[in-house]
Amino acid sequence: MLLLHESADAAKHFGSLSPEDMQAMIARYKDWRTGVGGTGEKLIDGTGRVMKGPSSKVVVKDGPYAESKEVIGGFFIVEARDYDHAVELCRDCPHLEFGTIEIRQVDKV
Amino acid sequence: MTRSEGVPAFVDHLFRRTAGQMVSTLTRILGTRHLDLAEDVVQEALIRALEQWPFRGIPENPTAWLIEVAKNRALDRLRRDASLASKRDDLLAAFPAVTAAGFEPAYPFQTHWLRDDQLAMMFLCCHPEIPEESRVALTLKTVGGFSVKEIARAFLSDEAAVAQRIVRAKRQIRERAIDLGVPVGAALLDRLDSVLGVLYLMFNEGYLSRGSGSGEDSHAPGLIREDVCNEALRLGLLLASYGATDLPKVHALLALFYFHSSRFASRVSAEGDLVALADQDRAKWDRSRIEQGLLHLTASAEGDEESDYHLEAAIASAHAVAADVASTDWGYITTLYESLFQRKATPVVALNRAIAIGYGRGPEAGLAALREIELHPSLANYYLLFASQAHFCELLSFRSEAAELYRAALACECAPAERRLLERRLDRVYPSSSAIPEKNL
Repeated sequence: MLLLHESADAAKHFGSLSPEDMQAMIARYKDWRTGVGGTGEKLIDGTGRVMKGPSSKVVVKDGPYAESKEVIGGFFIVEARDYDHAVELCRDCPHLEFGTIEIRQVDKV
Repeated sequence: MTRSEGVPAFVDHLFRRTAGQMVSTLTRILGTRHLDLAEDVVQEALIRALEQWPFRGIPENPTAWLIEVAKNRALDRLRRDASLASKRDDLLAAFPAVTAAGFEPAYPFQTHWLRDDQLAMMFLCCHPEIPEESRVALTLKTVGGFSVKEIARAFLSDEAAVAQRIVRAKRQIRERAIDLGVPVGAALLDRLDSVLGVLYLMFNEGYLSRGSGSGEDSHAPGLIREDVCNEALRLGLLLASYGATDLPKVHALLALFYFHSSRFASRVSAEGDLVALADQDRAKWDRSRIEQGLLHLTASAEGDEESDYHLEAAIASAHAVAADVASTDWGYITTLYESLFQRKATPVVALNRAIAIGYGRGPEAGLAALREIELHPSLANYYLLFASQAHFCELLSFRSEAAELYRAALACECAPAERRLLERRLDRVYPSSSAIPEKNL
């Protein structure tokens, strides 16, 4: 685990992982994922207190998603130029299902 | 070792790194009210370097040189301000003395207080009372040592707007007397989410490739953007190196950064054009970054919380280890997007999920998934929605539908490089030499 704290430069000296090694690491992640139920976030902690999810503070409208950006071919934030615009977009569509989560996040902040 | 032919490119990185470290430490010593002063003295040292180094050559220990000059400038300012006089001893204690032989040969970069000062600065920049839209810029400026000009170039924004954001943020720091310090306990975990969010946004800004690609300084913005991504990575590594923030989701974020940045060399062609994943030369993907990504992914697979960053990192990992698009584990990617969508049901996640479905279960399924979301207003002018639909139509040989959709995509706003990519795709389904008349949209 010490290796994890090395800089990106040090990584160049790292030994090569074989394709089998890489697949094994992916498999290990999959196993862990299954173990935690695959749905992620534990919403209630041991004392019954509701915990905040990781995305409750910062509203993220876009991300470095390879599928749309690199599979289809493009890299662009169009959805919202800035936070104000993002809020505006959400306010325009309160009736659509996936608008609401974003609105709640904005309100919390 | 010294050169006189001008200041080379590596100096930019040196300046940034030194500036970030110095500003953080000076701010700790002088107090957050004096953040401007901390930045000023560091800036003066950089200016002095740019004036002198081209003529006298780069010093043996350029970092120590910069630090010494900045320290002396700070001492000057302390002498002139009675309220700061008491800080003199702290200042002298914080920075190495100049030995009789000249500058100290090795400046201790990795000492704890250097890292801790930068961590504290990060938490300051991402403080809840700092306006959200200012946090990335403020972090890049103060911890990253980027200039306003560089930040503006990376964000394709103008300098005045970036400067304004930073001014506003600093005003908040002064008016609310926000202190410097890494939070502890429950407060730390709470504030950490904000920091991770800012790093994610920072990386995303850098990941964008909106270069014009038409000879208009197209590579310079690209390089700056890579630097911004690498800065997000560096700051994430700082977090991971600090006991209390050495947490699974930090490693997940690092994995994500490593996987995506491993593709830098293959994403843009020599002409500045965008290269789709299917066409990227995977031999150009940075293997060591992919390996680091996998190590961090493994480190993230601890505890019982699978955060959004975990999911995105896992998605990225599937691409990173695949030999090509066809052999990518799209089924796995789709299940990850299902989980992500449950947590973060945004149109963009839905779009990416639909695309993954298209690749995993076939273009018809992809089109069906896209149809579910095409009415969302925030996607109304999102060219990638049309482009995705066009792409799947193309795969099904529905050429005229594909052409119509590529035209609809082109009618949306997109950068020149993206436009060219769409035009090439349109030409593929509907060669302009063809005699088929255009359908009305």
